[in-house]
Amino acid sequence: MTTDTDPSLHAPKNMMVYARGVRKSFGKVEVLKGVDMQVPTGSVACIIGPSGSGKSTFLRCINHLEDISGGLLLVEDKFVGYDLIDDKLHVVRPAELCRRRADIGMVFQNFNLFGHLTALENLMEAPIQVRGLSRREARDRGMALLERVGMAHKADAWPRQLSGGQQQRVAIARALAMDPKLLLFDEPTSALDPELVGEVLAVMLDLARSGITMVVVTHEIGFAREVGDQLIFMDGGVVEEAGDPREMLRNARSERTRAFLSHVL
Amino acid sequence: MNQSLGARQHHLRVEDLTVVPPRHVWLWISTAVVLVLLAMVFWAVGTNKAYDWPAVGRYLFHPSILRGVVNTLMLTVTIMVLATIIGTIIAIMRLSPSRILRTFANAYIWFFRGAPALIQLIFWFNISIIMPQITLSLPGIGVIFSARTNDVMTPFLTAVVALALHEAGYMAEIIRAGITSVPPGQTEAAATLGMSRRKILWRIVLPQAMRFIVPPTGNEAINLMKATSLVSVIAVDDLLYSAQTIYARTFETIPLLSVVAIWYLVMVTIMSIGQHFLELHFGRSDSRGDGGGFRAALRMALNPMRGRRT
Repeated sequence: MTTDTDPSLHAPKNMMVYARGVRKSFGKVEVLKGVDMQVPTGSVACIIGPSGSGKSTFLRCINHLEDISGGLLLVEDKFVGYDLIDDKLHVVRPAELCRRRADIGMVFQNFNLFGHLTALENLMEAPIQVRGLSRREARDRGMALLERVGMAHKADAWPRQLSGGQQQRVAIARALAMDPKLLLFDEPTSALDPELVGEVLAVMLDLARSGITMVVVTHEIGFAREVGDQLIFMDGGVVEEAGDPREMLRNARSERTRAFLSHVL
Repeated sequence: MNQSLGARQHHLRVEDLTVVPPRHVWLWISTAVVLVLLAMVFWAVGTNKAYDWPAVGRYLFHPSILRGVVNTLMLTVTIMVLATIIGTIIAIMRLSPSRILRTFANAYIWFFRGAPALIQLIFWFNISIIMPQITLSLPGIGVIFSARTNDVMTPFLTAVVALALHEAGYMAEIIRAGITSVPPGQTEAAATLGMSRRKILWRIVLPQAMRFIVPPTGNEAINLMKATSLVSVIAVDDLLYSAQTIYARTFETIPLLSVVAIWYLVMVTIMSIGQHFLELHFGRSDSRGDGGGFRAALRMALNPMRGRRT
């Protein structure tokens, strides 16, 4: 049997992210101990869990910022960092990895806006350099996206001059500028002052309603309840429990999930 | 106490409270001492016949002195450009995942930065003893190029090679420090946008590293320009050598050394002003808004903290 047609190596239909038994070690420390996860296309999955549970590491494995030590991790039924040739996973060429990553946007806890570029230039850089857009096209698209996140009036500001909430909204627009099919959020509101969290969550809510697939590592239980199609609780490098957010928050099956939720609710 | 305070409150209003600045008696005394000492120095320099200021004026724009100035500038620019290119390559090797490349880069920096510039210079000047003939041959094609080392390695080229390799050791460390000063999140963010490693380095990391690279590089350029006076030992007619040739004949040693010092100071001042504007350019995303302008540039140029080596 050739591996290409082996059904066990394929994701179900319309599954944006499909993980089975994903393992990841840093040296001798195993951070992910067999993660199973399914994120259907067009849905919003929120991952919660105590620090050190591996939720951020798993998120970074999805776009191959971290390589995995074992298991199956597919985005739209394809490996991100590997090609399956003759029963073996080969690490893809850098150019090919860049091409695949361009379709997966990521928003970081610390925004990571390019400090030497203005807000608008942050949105123009990758579309010009990676997608080959003209400056004019990139500028028009960039302005439209800044408008969408309510930051058009700060187009020419340097990142340093913006508040945390404003920086994060620009960072979200920067990810959108590549027209991603999947957006990953790594604790997008954790570095923000409490009064700035709302403006970022409002932008994320708007995105979720537009139908883009989102995987959000977060501590905002309220956001997960209102927006999430799926709530995933990770602990000790595995998915302890996953399901409908409202159902899970009301009546979690697992003892550990209940214990964690009792601390954060 | 309460009573007296209460009594004062009758005629002292809050608006009338003023602050009396403290008297800096010692500041005034030390300033006076410095001024007196300065006056004595100027008097001594101005009245001592050995300085021979008329001769300084005569030689300041002497054709061989001017040729020396041009040669010194050419040496400095050529060496600095080469050192920056080699230094960037060495810095990238030092940050490479390959242990062998890292070790090579470390060894390069250890050797070329560690051995004194003067010794490296004299060594390259005598390279023909080790390698009398420079030959480039490819297997199957035969000799492509062959020449006597002494014909190829002119004193000027010797100076460029020796000092560029030496200076590259310093530049590699400066550039490496600049690159590592850019937070890894910048690289990660660019990678998630699909940018290649090369584009990330050139478009994201290096432009931000420049803020940390330019100030020490300016110092290096100034140090290097002064260090090029070492080449006078291998008879490259730089500024110092040109002056030496004249005073060997006329014995006007002190005035000619003054001419050399004046020209070096002029060149260092101009370089410092240029450096200031470079720093403004690469620091513009900081935008603290204190602007730049000529006066600030001049203040930077006259800052005694720069260029202390050599």
